[in-house]
Amino acid sequence: MTEHIKTDAVIIGAGPVGLFAVFELGLLDIKAHLIDILDRAGGQCAELYPEKPIYDIPGFPEVSGQGLVDNLMKQIEPFNPQFHFSEMVTSVENTGTAEAPSFIVKTDNDKVFECKVVLIAAGGGSFQPKKPPIAGIEAYEGKSVYYAVRKMEAFRGKKVMIVGGGDSALDWTLNLHPLAERITLVHRRDEFRAAPHSVNAMRELVAAGKMDLMIGQVMEVKGANGELSHAVVRGNDKTSMDVACTAMLPFFGLTMKLGPIAEWGLHLHENLVPVDTEKFETSTPGIFAVGDINTYPGKLKLILSGFHEVALAAQKAHRYVYPNKKLTFQYTTSSTSLQKKLGVG
Amino acid sequence: MTKITFIDHAGKSTVVDAEDGSTVMETAIRNDVPGIEAECGGSCSCATCHVYVDEAWAGKLPKAGPLEEDMLDFAYDVRPNSRLSCQITVSAALDGLVVTTPEKQG
Repeated sequence: MTEHIKTDAVIIGAGPVGLFAVFELGLLDIKAHLIDILDRAGGQCAELYPEKPIYDIPGFPEVSGQGLVDNLMKQIEPFNPQFHFSEMVTSVENTGTAEAPSFIVKTDNDKVFECKVVLIAAGGGSFQPKKPPIAGIEAYEGKSVYYAVRKMEAFRGKKVMIVGGGDSALDWTLNLHPLAERITLVHRRDEFRAAPHSVNAMRELVAAGKMDLMIGQVMEVKGANGELSHAVVRGNDKTSMDVACTAMLPFFGLTMKLGPIAEWGLHLHENLVPVDTEKFETSTPGIFAVGDINTYPGKLKLILSGFHEVALAAQKAHRYVYPNKKLTFQYTTSSTSLQKKLGVG
Repeated sequence: MTKITFIDHAGKSTVVDAEDGSTVMETAIRNDVPGIEAECGGSCSCATCHVYVDEAWAGKLPKAGPLEEDMLDFAYDVRPNSRLSCQITVSAALDGLVVTTPEKQG
């Protein structure tokens, strides 16, 4: 069932810049909902380099990607941001005017947001599953080839081939094993990135003859009308064999794609969204683009640039959300009204 | 200067001067060599700087470390001579290195 949500601002992307946008908007009494295709906050910081140190955040000589995200989450807590994870924004429809913008934002999880301003903080785009280099695999996608498990029951009684060597591959090997008729795990080498206890559990099942492990690569898929019947697996000894399979789950990690942003009627330049440097507003009044997704003369893809951008975008957003209120610039160090909003002082 | 040759998927080659101590990925990006994306900026976290090292050079490079092997699992069309170019440090010993970029990154 469609869920309708009315709010001031929708932020697309819950990476560091999207998170800090909550803070800057919040100081101006603008309530925000965040939507992200990942299942948690942090964007690239959390997905690509959670453990890696970042050295160019002002005031932090060294902070890990995850550490920065954790701190930002704490910083925006007073504004009670609402998160919508594992969802992708599919459309942004302009229903207002240039002076009084309003938007209908829809997600692939049947949510409809009605808002005054939209901040696109989508970084390098949305994270989407990487597809393996298997010719013709598209014909099977969604019917017998899946890049995520939505319902385990869909795999009951199937001959499931799982491809990959990380936690997703190993976790689903173990979770689907009781349901599937047979599980075949295919990985390019006999070493696994997954948690050691999962790897051990998998090896025990293999040793007991309860599932198959093949070291090699899937070269070809066979079947008809989207339904798989076999996969051709080439071992590292260059010999190929047909393996019966009626469902396949390739897990090759995530990649960033611009995704549906291209269809929102915005002016784009080389997959980036051009903005002005006063308000970081796009060609559509009321839609702002901040962080790595935007472009302007001199743009640097730095987290700190994104932080600056959201502060300025919030000023303009205030004019749209509260057209009759005068905005006075205030400092968090001295303003009692800002401190009240932050729950301090 | 150490010279590195990049050959793209279609067979077009580009020869560039590489600074010793930098990585093969950085060399590609600085010289606008197509076919290398380096989404993560060189932190061995994305597998979008994947290259195939020319067979003549395969034995002359230090072996891929465990982190690089892990990330290579995510690369597109991995072969025995696959490497992540952000993990290959340029030195005079690599003068004349030839690498080929894959059909696509990720």
